[in-house]
Amino acid sequence: MKEKKVVIDVEGLTKCFGAFKAVDNISFEVFQGEIFGFLGANGAGKTTAMRMLCGLSLPTSGKARVAGFDIYKQSEQVKRNIGYMSQKFSLYEDLTVMENIRLFGGIYGLSHKQIKEKSSELIETLDLIEVSKKLVAALPLGWKQKLAFSIAILHKPQIVFLDEPTGGVDPITRRQFWKLIYKATSESITVFVTTHYMDEAEYCDRISMMVDGRIKALDSPQNLKMHFSASSMDDVFLRLARKAQRQAE
Amino acid sequence: MRVILFLLRKEFVQIFRNRMFLPMIFAMPLVQLLVLPLAANYEMKNIVAVVVDHDRSMVSQQLVEKIAASGYFRIHAYPTSFDEAFSLIEGDRGDLILEIPKDFESRLIERGGSSVFIAVNAINGIKASLGGAYLRQILTSFSSELRERQMPVAAFPPLPLIRLKTSVRFNPIMSYRHFMVPGFLVLLVTIISTYMCGLHAVKEKENGSIEQINVSPVKKYQFILGKLIPFWILGVVVFSLGLFVVARWVYGILPVGSLLLLYAYLLLYLVAMLGLGLLVSTYCHTQQQVMFTMFFFMMIFILMSGLFTPIESMPRWAYLIACCSPITYFTEVARMVILKGSDFSHLHIHIGMMSFFALLFNSWAVINYKKTL
Repeated sequence: MKEKKVVIDVEGLTKCFGAFKAVDNISFEVFQGEIFGFLGANGAGKTTAMRMLCGLSLPTSGKARVAGFDIYKQSEQVKRNIGYMSQKFSLYEDLTVMENIRLFGGIYGLSHKQIKEKSSELIETLDLIEVSKKLVAALPLGWKQKLAFSIAILHKPQIVFLDEPTGGVDPITRRQFWKLIYKATSESITVFVTTHYMDEAEYCDRISMMVDGRIKALDSPQNLKMHFSASSMDDVFLRLARKAQRQAE
Repeated sequence: MRVILFLLRKEFVQIFRNRMFLPMIFAMPLVQLLVLPLAANYEMKNIVAVVVDHDRSMVSQQLVEKIAASGYFRIHAYPTSFDEAFSLIEGDRGDLILEIPKDFESRLIERGGSSVFIAVNAINGIKASLGGAYLRQILTSFSSELRERQMPVAAFPPLPLIRLKTSVRFNPIMSYRHFMVPGFLVLLVTIISTYMCGLHAVKEKENGSIEQINVSPVKKYQFILGKLIPFWILGVVVFSLGLFVVARWVYGILPVGSLLLLYAYLLLYLVAMLGLGLLVSTYCHTQQQVMFTMFFFMMIFILMSGLFTPIESMPRWAYLIACCSPITYFTEVARMVILKGSDFSHLHIHIGMMSFFALLFNSWAVINYKKTL
């Protein structure tokens, strides 16, 4: 295996809410261009961990570098170099497709010309030509999610964080969504994704399994299945998650 | 700077796209400005008087006519007994009772004096005290008229008398509306700007879009300016509509003082109040919470602002609270500049206090709007 560039470097990251340790001393590395799956039951601490890496939440302790920048001291640079798509749809529903693209393009410092090019390219690939002047609220969920992803990588970030991007989306759109993800990795964007779909887990290069705020396993899907002598990722998940002490929220 | 322009564009698109926003911003204040000053009036008219006239003489007739002609009173009924009259008061169909005794006229003529009885319904304190005072005034002037008529003037040396000559400044026709309209103008601008700005800002939290902004390189002050500037402009537009359209054409009020000064103060005031709106929104998570929190502050700020009741006559502690309300200062400034023509040198304290509020609310809002939630 050739030497890979580390884009996320986490060491002993912890987040406490009072006495409750939502994320308990996790450490891992993510390499450039890979699809890193972040799995775990509801309430295992995935979203909390991801929010700390995006600068939305301050860690209680531990170290982390994202895109080469320290999350404490260089949060502005971190923000410039990442894209983020939250669990809850968070584009502006009362703006049109075009207006959303223009706004986020502008926020990330794209020039008017770049915004124009990017948006027409994006609208074409996503097949949104007919609805580009419609309010985002009027789009079906699957389209919204694809649009949200495209906007998250509009400024060509080094890493994109996706928090359950395909929750509630139909299988066909999910497949299209993963095509977009692959396309992004081919442009050397690193993808950090949480999901509850085990078929999607199989698409990842490497997977970490979180149980009760800790990382219990981290390897490629192939190796994980071998290690746990399981036939599918479903089995791996069940074996690990069953040991959880925490009740799912 | 470029980021702010993109944010502003977005805010304006959202504001003008919202079907509820524009009517709320423009129609509501204008309608209120047309209705409220006409209705909110402390002059007491239509005080319902119940007259129990046991005498039924010429003089008692004249007295009742004089009361009815004063314009303050409406004679509601002529019951035959005090008990009957009292039941009218109890049923809230009368505000005061005037009882004229049986030998009213004859005592006046024979003994040169008589008395009447007034009973006032004091549930509404203002109405009661004013009504009582008006009635006493009428009775006094009636008795001196009687005296002049009965006694030949030459028989007495002229009564020593101090004549009053009044000149009314600043509001020569003593119109209550002239006093209230500038106040209501302030009130409407306040409600529009503060509420709308707070609601609009917290909407981002409600629908989750603030997350997308928070992971982006947008800075706190940029986001806050993006929220503030549109409502700053709208506030000026609403104020101008009220001042140049309603106040001028409906009430005939022309600002006596400098418009420049008035608008400069308005801009400063809007910065302060928009800051308050944003501050509230940083503590709230839903529009409902903003509404209730804002309602609490607005009730206190408005009722204690001197808009309706002069703050000088409040108890000391209440006066101190009134001094902490930004609305107090702008209400005063609006009245001073519009009605009196006060200039910059009279407004040092007002400008100082408002700058303090603007700085306080806005820096507090920026600090409390945490990007790391």
